[in-house]
Amino acid sequence: MKLRSWFLVPAWFWLAALFAAPFAIILSYSFLSRGVYGGIELPWTWESYTRLFDPLYLGIFLHSAILAAGATLLCLLLAFPAALFISRTRRHKYLYLQLVMLPFWTSFLVRTYAWLFLLRDTGLINTALQAVGITHSPLPLLYNNGAVLLGLVYGYLPFMVLPIYATLERLDPTLLEAAADLGARPWAALFRVVVPLSRPGIAAGCILVFIPCLGAYLTPDLLGGGRIVLVGNLVQNQFTTSRDWPFGSAVSLVLMALVTLALWRYLRRQGEILV
Amino acid sequence: MKRWRCPRANKLGIYAVAFFAFLHLPLLTLAIFSFNSSRFTVWNHFSLVWYRAIFSDPQLLEGAWNSTVIALISTALSTLIGTLCAYALWKRGSRLVTGALYLSLVTPEIVTGISLLALFQWSFRWLGLQLGMYTVILAHVAFSLAYVVIVVSARLRTVSPALEEAAMDLGATEWEAFVHVMLPALVPGIVAAALLALTVSFDDYVITSMVAGVDSQTLPMVFYAMARRGASPVINAISALITAFFGVLIVVSERISSRDPAGDLLRQ
Repeated sequence: MKLRSWFLVPAWFWLAALFAAPFAIILSYSFLSRGVYGGIELPWTWESYTRLFDPLYLGIFLHSAILAAGATLLCLLLAFPAALFISRTRRHKYLYLQLVMLPFWTSFLVRTYAWLFLLRDTGLINTALQAVGITHSPLPLLYNNGAVLLGLVYGYLPFMVLPIYATLERLDPTLLEAAADLGARPWAALFRVVVPLSRPGIAAGCILVFIPCLGAYLTPDLLGGGRIVLVGNLVQNQFTTSRDWPFGSAVSLVLMALVTLALWRYLRRQGEILV
Repeated sequence: MKRWRCPRANKLGIYAVAFFAFLHLPLLTLAIFSFNSSRFTVWNHFSLVWYRAIFSDPQLLEGAWNSTVIALISTALSTLIGTLCAYALWKRGSRLVTGALYLSLVTPEIVTGISLLALFQWSFRWLGLQLGMYTVILAHVAFSLAYVVIVVSARLRTVSPALEEAAMDLGATEWEAFVHVMLPALVPGIVAAALLALTVSFDDYVITSMVAGVDSQTLPMVFYAMARRGASPVINAISALITAFFGVLIVVSERISSRDPAGDLLRQ
C-alpha cells in the first residue's frame, strides 16, 4: 500500500465514525417514534416531518431565517465601508487587517457575554443614559430580538469584512480611472463600478455570515434569555427538556438541508470552493 | 488621466474609527470593569477582588483544568490526523473526504453536538460506558479536523512537488522524503493549524455541553452557566483572563509564522 493510502486511514476513520455514523443515526431516528420515557421506539413513521408543518414550527424557521437575513444585511452595510477603507489606505494596512482578524482569535463566548454585560438593566449603557438624564428607568435592551440581532452581527462581522476586502484589493485601479475619465462622479463610480466588481466577495461574505446565523444556538440563548427560540434552540430543546429525539432529529436534518442548499447554490454560482 | 477619489474619503476614515471601536470597545470595557471594586457598572476603585474570587472557586478551577487537558489531547490528535490527511489529499485529491470536511465545517454546531450525542448514546448500549472526558475529546477532534486540514493544505500549496521528487531521485524512500523534506517544510502551517485547533477546542461550548459528562465540565460550560444567570464581575474577570490567554496564543503564532525556516528555498 502506498504512503498516501496509509495517511488517509485515520481520516477515513473520522469520516466513517464521527461524520457518517452520527448522520446515519440522526437520519434513522427522524423516522422512528418517540418512546414513552423519551428515547426512540418502532414503528417507522413520517410523523416527525409532518409535524414540522405545524404553524408553530414553521414560525420558528421563518423567525430564524429573518434574523439570519437581517444580520447578514447589517453585516454587509457595516463591513463594506470598512473593507473599502482598509483597501484604500496605504499605511498601517496590516495593522487594520489584524484588528479585523483579532475577534477570530478571541473567544466567541466572551464576545457574546460582553453584550450581556453592556445591555443589562444595570449595564454600562443604561447606567450612562440614566446618569446623563436621558432616561429615568433602565431600557429593556436585553432578552429581545434586537439584542440577538446585535449579537449575531457582532459575532460574524469579520467574516464579511475579509472576503470583501480581498476582492477590493484585487480591483484594477485603471478601471476607476477610466470611469472618472468618462465623466462618472465618485459616487456613481462607487455604485456602478466598485460594488458590482466586488460581488464575489460580497457573495462569499454573505454565505459565511448567513450559514452560522441560521443555525445559531448560543447567541439567541444567551442574549435572548430563552425568550427567543430559533431553530438551534428548538433542536437543543427536543434533545434535552422535551426528550423528543425523533422530532429533534427531523428538525436537525431540515436545518442541515437548508444550510447545504444555501452553500450549494453559492458554489454553483461562484464555481469555486471557499477559503 | 483623472484619479478616482473615494467619495468622502475623510468621512470614511471617521467611519473606520467608529467601526473598530464597535469591534473592540465591548471587550475593552469588560476588561476595565473586571478591575472595578464595585459590583455595579459605576467605577469605584481599582481592585483584584474578582480575580481572587476566581482562584477560590473550585468549579472554575476544575473547568479550566478539564478544558486544558481536553484541548491539548484533542489538538494533538486532530493535528496528527489532519496533517497526514492534508498531505494525502495534496498527493491526490479525494472528493469524498474534502466534501465531508467542508460539510462538517458548515454543519450548525448544535446539530454536530446532538448527532454525536446520539452516536455515543447508541454505542453505549453495547459498550456499557458513559459520557466523560473521552467523548468530549472525540467530539473536539471531530469538529477541529477540518480547520487543521485547511490550514495545512494552504501551506502545502506553497511547496513545490519537485522538492519531494528530487529527494526520491536522490535515493530517499517515500517515507524518508516525507519525514526529512516535507515535514520540515510544513512546520509553520502545522503550528498555525495546531494553535487554531487549540483555540476552537478551548472556546467551544455548544458541542461540548451536549457530549460532556458530570466529570468533564469545561471552563466554557462553567462560564456559560454563570452568564446565563446574568452578568457579574467574576465573569468579567474570567473573560479578561481568557482574552489575555488567547492574546498570548496570537503572539506565539505570529512569531512562528513570521520565522520561516528556509521558506523561500522551498517555493517554486
